[in-house]
Amino acid sequence: MDYFDILISILGSAIRLSVPLLFTALAGLFSERAGIFDIGLEGKMLASAFASACVAYWTGNAWLGLLAGIGISIVFSLVHGFASITNRGNQIVSGVALNFVAAGLTIVLGQAWFNQGGRTGQVPAEGRFSSIVLPGADAVRDVPIIGPLYANVISGNNILTYIAFLMVPVSWWVLYRTRFGLRLRAVGENPGAVDTAGISVSWLRYRALIVAGFLCGFSGTYLAIAQSAAFINNMSAGKGYIALAALIFAKWKPVPVMLACLLFGFLDAFANFMQGKSVPLLGEVPVQIFQALPYILTCVLLAGFIGIARPPKAGGVPYTKER
Amino acid sequence: MSLDSSNEPAIELVGIDKRFGAVHANKNINLTVAKGSIHGIIGENGAGKSTLMSILYGFYHADQGEIRISGKPITIRDSQAAIAAGIGMVHQHFMLVENFTVLENVMLGAEGGQLLRKGVASARRELKRLEDDYGLEVDPDAVIEELPVGSQQRVEILKALYRGAEILILDEPTGVLTPAEADHLFKVLRVLRDQGKTIILITHKLREIMAITDTVSVMRRGEMVATRKTAETTVEELAELMVGRRVLLRVEKGEAKPGKVLLSVRNLTVKDSRGVTMVDDVSLEVRAGEIVGIAGVAGNGQSELLEAIAGIRKPASGEIFLDGKPVAGVGPAELRSLGLAHIPEDRHHMGLVLKFEEYENSILGYHRDQRYGRGALLDLDAIRKDAEEKIAKYDIRPPNPRLRTANFSGGNQQKIVVAREIERDPNVLIIGQPTRGVDIGAIEFIHKRIIEMRDAGKAVLLVSVELDEIRSLSDRILVMFAGKVVGEKSGEAGEQTLGLMMAGIAA
Repeated sequence: MDYFDILISILGSAIRLSVPLLFTALAGLFSERAGIFDIGLEGKMLASAFASACVAYWTGNAWLGLLAGIGISIVFSLVHGFASITNRGNQIVSGVALNFVAAGLTIVLGQAWFNQGGRTGQVPAEGRFSSIVLPGADAVRDVPIIGPLYANVISGNNILTYIAFLMVPVSWWVLYRTRFGLRLRAVGENPGAVDTAGISVSWLRYRALIVAGFLCGFSGTYLAIAQSAAFINNMSAGKGYIALAALIFAKWKPVPVMLACLLFGFLDAFANFMQGKSVPLLGEVPVQIFQALPYILTCVLLAGFIGIARPPKAGGVPYTKER
Repeated sequence: MSLDSSNEPAIELVGIDKRFGAVHANKNINLTVAKGSIHGIIGENGAGKSTLMSILYGFYHADQGEIRISGKPITIRDSQAAIAAGIGMVHQHFMLVENFTVLENVMLGAEGGQLLRKGVASARRELKRLEDDYGLEVDPDAVIEELPVGSQQRVEILKALYRGAEILILDEPTGVLTPAEADHLFKVLRVLRDQGKTIILITHKLREIMAITDTVSVMRRGEMVATRKTAETTVEELAELMVGRRVLLRVEKGEAKPGKVLLSVRNLTVKDSRGVTMVDDVSLEVRAGEIVGIAGVAGNGQSELLEAIAGIRKPASGEIFLDGKPVAGVGPAELRSLGLAHIPEDRHHMGLVLKFEEYENSILGYHRDQRYGRGALLDLDAIRKDAEEKIAKYDIRPPNPRLRTANFSGGNQQKIVVAREIERDPNVLIIGQPTRGVDIGAIEFIHKRIIEMRDAGKAVLLVSVELDEIRSLSDRILVMFAGKVVGEKSGEAGEQTLGLMMAGIAA
């Protein structure tokens, strides 16, 4: 394999690994731009992975699986909203609680229903999102550079991957070109301005959380029935937090969010590739070093190497009318 | 103008009553505001002005009473209903999204459709029209946080007009403005009135009432106590109506008898956290038995000078002597033990912990004192007794040392700080903005205490952005501009002279 083939294979894998991050980070984008910290992304992802795997297993229909994943993720979002918007609770505590609930519940229910140590049953092929070969992929495969790039990186992904990347311009358009987006961005900065303009702060924030739940449902579904064929214990493995880091790194903007997710996906793919390979001059490096790279990068980035990340000003603060 | 509506008052409030638990914020309020007039509502902090206006704007619901707009009774359920009834409000703390443009802020809540594109074009046209009609100039594409405060306020006014407001309520609009910006605002308000808009101006500044209003209503402790034609009343009468007794607007003080130098500053240079020189080679002396005032527009180094003398900010160079002892770089705790007391400029930021109960704040900074406890333990009985004495002596209301400090009014909070610092009987007292956000009654009280300190032979250094305050209290006035003391005048110096020095034009 020459270096170009290696690069193509890493890039393809980077795309696939960045999809769940992208859905989740965009979900966080809507929630946090509306002023609701969403540390519960991880839990939503996990719960939706479990729900979609179960439903896909029982029905053999991937779309019903997706629907279940989105449904459960929205339910989690609404619980978060009830705690932090209606009852003005602490958003971090509520989010962490949801993460625990998701981690525990998926194992208990999984064991009760499938008796496989927390795994769900193997989802049949028709219950999964399989890869789509884009038109002309085979025809251009032999064209130098562009050919393999099209055939192996852009083509051959499942439908959720294309939806993920389509969601980037859609999110941008919603945030910056619609009334809902304008109000959503405003409520995350100064809910008082929204309230005095005669708009309900609570309802606006609930809608933002519903959008977040919707997007996060895709990410869990992707993990369970697109990337794999079953739900596995703690399958999200901290991706919700990585997505949150990507969101901050991207300063809460849609296009940078995509780039940040691709970067994290690339590091992940790189780590997988380096497994068992020797590095020039250093010899064989323990794979854990590479696996740690995304997390190290997260720490470094969050420690301030990205310049001042200015979060939405009203983030994390429950809104109360002042006298 | 149609005859039937022109005679109806713009707003009638009939028997408005509102309670918050035990607090009776508005008692049976009746108010009539004539169409096309500027109507001032004046009263001390906590008199119920803001509550009344919040009821009018749909933030609160009155327990009883009726609101009539142009003669028609209406119910105002929320802000949306108020906007629909043609009422616009300019809040004291601006309700603007700081990282949005002017245009986005104006459109928020009145976007004209699900998509922004169409609304943007019409909002732009409408803004241009409002600008031409009323002289409200703002660049629609400027980002709010990059605009000066005066322009931000103009955006608030534009927001209301854009929504078709015929009645404009302004809550303490000049609190954040420079004198020039306030003048500009008044000009705009007059234009608005002349074009038929009705304006309600809420303030506690008598001067503004006299300068701009046609009619003035006075509130005191939840009641509407009087309404007067502005032309037929005087500042003295209004002050008396506000406070409920005669008030001395001018401080009475005798001749100063300066003694030895107690505080001396030599060639002091102070830099801020970014390394910018804020105080540049300043020297000054304050003698026993005199008040030295430092005048200047906010941000010319007065704050940093105070902080350096109080030991909060380390000077870059120069010397400070307290009764002859060099103290530059000495911390605030030690300075206090050496007889220096400090009333900080911002009581919320530096003077008080708002979540603490009153008695806890009454010893803050002196908590290591033997009187208040031994070793690591506090003697709570002694502290509360001490707090009660101060409350009585300074007439702090409500007289409850167990009340959270945040629940006191601004004037009473300031009295807590003043009592704490003055009752230690310091030799040198440094004061920043002694009466910012404080009502007239408390201003008079605090000014008297400061004069008493002087007469007791203490050295007082006073910093204030209120030129009136500097002029009425100080025996000598230093003017600071761009970090330097640009001149010294006697306490009798004229406003004009000092104003020019503050602007850096004359020395």
